[in-house]
This record gives sequence, structure tokens and C-alpha cells, in this order.
Amino acid sequence: MQALRYARATSIDEAVRMLREGGETSRILAGGTDVIVQARERRRVIDLFVDIKHISDVMTMEYDAQRGLTVGAAVPLYQIYGDANVQRVYPALRAAAHVIGGKAIQGRASLGGNLGNASPAADSIPAMMVLDGVAQVAGPNGRREVRVDAFCTAPGRSVLQPGEFIVSLHFAQPAAHSGNAWERFIPRNEMDIAVVNAACALTIEGDVVTAARFSLGAVAATPLMVPLAAEALVGRRLTDETIAAAGAAAKETATPIDDMRGTVKQRKHLADVLVQRVIRAAVEHARAN
Amino acid sequence: MATSERLVITSTINGEERTFLADSRDSLLEALRERLNLKGVKEGCNNGNCGACAVILDGRLVNSCCVMAAEIEGSTVRTVEGLATPEGLAPLQQCFLEEAALQCGICTPGFLMSSTALLAENPAPTDDEVRFWLAGNLCRCTGYDKIILAVQAAAEQMRTLKK
Ligand SMILES: Cc1cc2nc3c(=O)[nH]c(=O)nc-3n(C[C@H](O)[C@H](O)[C@H](O)COP(=O)(O)OP(=O)(O)OC[C@H]3O[C@@H](n4cnc5c(N)ncnc54)[C@H](O)[C@@H]3O)c2cc1C
Ligand code: FES
Ligand code: FES
Repeated sequence: MQALRYARATSIDEAVRMLREGGETSRILAGGTDVIVQARERRRVIDLFVDIKHISDVMTMEYDAQRGLTVGAAVPLYQIYGDANVQRVYPALRAAAHVIGGKAIQGRASLGGNLGNASPAADSIPAMMVLDGVAQVAGPNGRREVRVDAFCTAPGRSVLQPGEFIVSLHFAQPAAHSGNAWERFIPRNEMDIAVVNAACALTIEGDVVTAARFSLGAVAATPLMVPLAAEALVGRRLTDETIAAAGAAAKETATPIDDMRGTVKQRKHLADVLVQRVIRAAVEHARAN
Repeated sequence: MATSERLVITSTINGEERTFLADSRDSLLEALRERLNLKGVKEGCNNGNCGACAVILDGRLVNSCCVMAAEIEGSTVRTVEGLATPEGLAPLQQCFLEEAALQCGICTPGFLMSSTALLAENPAPTDDEVRFWLAGNLCRCTGYDKIILAVQAAAEQMRTLKK
């Protein structure tokens, strides 16, 4: 391990001050499942970890049928997928949190860390994007909000400025008759990085889709919103044809690369298939609501 | 110039309060093995993938290679060394022996801690639930079937003991 110091912040202001004093080589430590390995393998120069897990706003989760869901940035995944309100109202989030790593990872890993790491294949980011997620950010110039769909700028990069960090993530209460879903494809059943992942949130009136949001992971340099798939569906009746049209739009939008996990051709195909699957699952959820 | 610091850490390890010296760059895995001499905690991959270093931290299963030693100040840690009692092996340990659920044994402490956490949360898991839970533990010599059998045998014993 490279030489580094550890500091435990007990308030948001204290964390901001520690990050400012630490300068560019200080990093937030949440669950550590990405950043400790990166420090050990010297993939990043880090000389200070600022542990945010002793700040109460960062570690609490709150749901209210009017205001929606607020999840502290470092709340471990097992608490998120184990939460009855998350399971009932935000199954897309539940599904992603449930398969990130294995049990020993889920005891520590967080949404803030998954987002902060900004991997193009990060599993929770597409779910947070379609659920209209907004990050509450604290920094040297005070507080601001950043939409999750505008957060990642390149692999490992985000709009966060030096000294800023995510305090919590907020998800609005979905409108009546809304549903959401998330799926990924990996060659085994768990413990692997997504070849492609996909999320959908939609609202229906009878058989007609009145609103839809789609997001795909591992098909571009950042997790990607897919407005063309939404256009193919909104205002139309749900039929095999309109669902297939949304899948085709996803396939068009995807600009993946060939790598050890999958090829361009396979990933485009998966974007199509997974988008059709998440539509059907989200509709089922909407109808059950 | 990057530096690290000497830290004095106090935490409860296997039921006993311990105060020890560590370096701020130490992982929990390094601190347990090198500073506290708990060599039952194994290093396999050192990147979170194999589960050989699994311990129970404040009641949750974690991979100790993905935790900093400094983080456990004030916390409670259980390692494989804390499973047996003066009366004998824990049911999981006994069943791993009886079902021949180990060969070289380097993965065993991780499997034991992971299974301990599973059975604490779910005393009567299905085989699928055991497999899903243990997916973060890799074994390259025994094969998983015997491990699942051992966990289920221990689960049964523990349920009867409780009755
Ligand atoms: C074995 C294994 C399997 C994995 N499987 C998956 C998987 O299936 N899917 C997947 O998506 N990922 C996976 N991961 C990656 C990792 O577990 C996730 O990205 C996890 O969500 C990271 O969260 P963390 O709290 O551990 O982050 P940390 O490692 O603590 O932090 C990650 C990065 O985000 C920054 N950060 C953390 N919190 C904040 C914050 N509040 N504000 C700003 N920046 C912050 C850190 O400084 C760091 O750069 C896996 C990792 C391992 C080791
Ligand atoms: S050594 Fe920690 S998971 Fe492999
Ligand atoms: S017994 Fe050798 S790795 Fe499992």
C-alpha cells in the first residue's frame, strides 16, 4: 500500500475542511470496495482517506410517501435492498443493489461510492438515472444539487469539483401507475461486471405509456440516457411492436466497445433485449401498484 | 511527500478488548495478521474477489482486504479464531471436517466466517440461498458441493441445539 493517512470526519463541514486541507490527493472513503484496492494497486495517487461513515446524514435512509426516498451516500447496499419501501417503490434500485459484488461487498459498498467511482459499467447508476436521482453535494462553496444523469463525464470522472462530495441521493415519489425495473447481463449469475445493464421507469394510463425514462450501462464512456427509446414508447399503446421499437432505439443509441467482457455486436444486441425486458418488468410493477 | 502515521487502535477482537499499534496504510487484513498475529485470516487475491480474508465487522460480513485498519477503532471484529470455544469446535467447523469440505484449506476461514454470517441471518437456508450467499468465496480445490453439504449439516445441528 502507498503511504497514506486516515481521517475520520464526524460532520459534513469537517469532511469538507479535511478534503480542502488534503488537496487533490485526498479521497473520500465510503465502503472502500473500489478505492482501497485502487490505492493498493497504485492506480490512483492517494495520500489521505477521509472516512465519511461517521456523519449521520451520510449514513441514514428516509422514505416518505410524499417526499420520496433519501439515501445517505455511504449507506451500505444490504440496508438498501433489505428496505421494504425500496423493494415496493423502487425495485430498480433494489435489483441493482442486490447484485453488486457478493455479501461481503454489500456489507460496505454504497451508492455514493458506485457513483463517485463513475465506472461506465456501474450497476446502480442507470437505476438512479431513470428514477430521476439527484445528488446532494457539499463542498467549499456550500451545497448544490447535481442530477445523477448529468454526473458522470468520462470513465472515472465526474462533475464534482475538488473538495466536493455527495452527502445523499434523493429519489422523488413516482406518480400513480408508475413502475421501474433494472436488469443486467453477465456470463455467470453473480459476482461479475455487467456486459450491459439497463433500467427503465415508466408511467401508464391503461395501455398507453404516458412517460418513460431509459438508461444503459457499459455501452458508452458513461452510463447513458436513451431518449430515443422513450420517444418510441411515449404516447403509444403497449404492444410487442412498440416494445420492440424501443429496444431497436436502444440498440441504435448504444456505442459500445469490444473488450474482454463482450463485443460491440453482442452489447448492441443485449441493449435491445434488456430494454425490452425492463419495459415488461416495469409495466408489471406499474400494474401491481 | 506522502506519509503515513502510527496509530494506536482499540477494538474488541473475538470478544476481547485489544489495543494495538498499526500504520495508517495498513488494511484490516494486514493488521489482523501482522499486528495481532491472527493468521487464520487469509490473503488470497487482496482485491475483494475471493473472500479468503472475510471477517465479521460490527455484525456484518466484510472482506478485510477492503477495510482500513484505522476504520475499526471502537468496533467489534470476529475472525475464525473466535469460532471455537474451550468446549470444542463450532458446529460449522466440525461439519466442514466431517463432510471433507476442505483440501488445502486456505479458503476455509473465509467460508466459515461467511457461513457464520449467513446462518446468523437465515438459520434455515435453501441450497440456492447458500450458493448465492457464498458466491463471494472462491475455492480452487474442494469443489463447492461438499461445502454446501457441510453448511447445511451445521445449520441442521444448530437448529436442533436451539430447540
Ligand atoms: C469483488 C467486487 C465485486 C464488485 N462487483 C460490482 C458489481 O457487480 N457492480 C458494480 O457496479 N460494482 C461492483 N464493484 C465495485 C464497487 O463495489 C462498487 O462500485 C461500490 O458501489 C463502491 O462503493 P464504496 O462505498 O465501496 O466506494 P469507495 O471504494 O469507498 O469509493 C469509490 C470512489 O468513489 C468516491 N466516493 C465514495 N463516496 C463518495 C461520496 N459520497 N462523494 C463523492 N465521492 C465518493 C471515492 O473517493 C472513490 O473514488 C465490485 C467490487 C469488488 C471488489
Ligand atoms: S484477499 Fe480479500 S477478498 Fe481475496
Ligand atoms: S480447499 Fe483449497 S482453495 Fe478451497
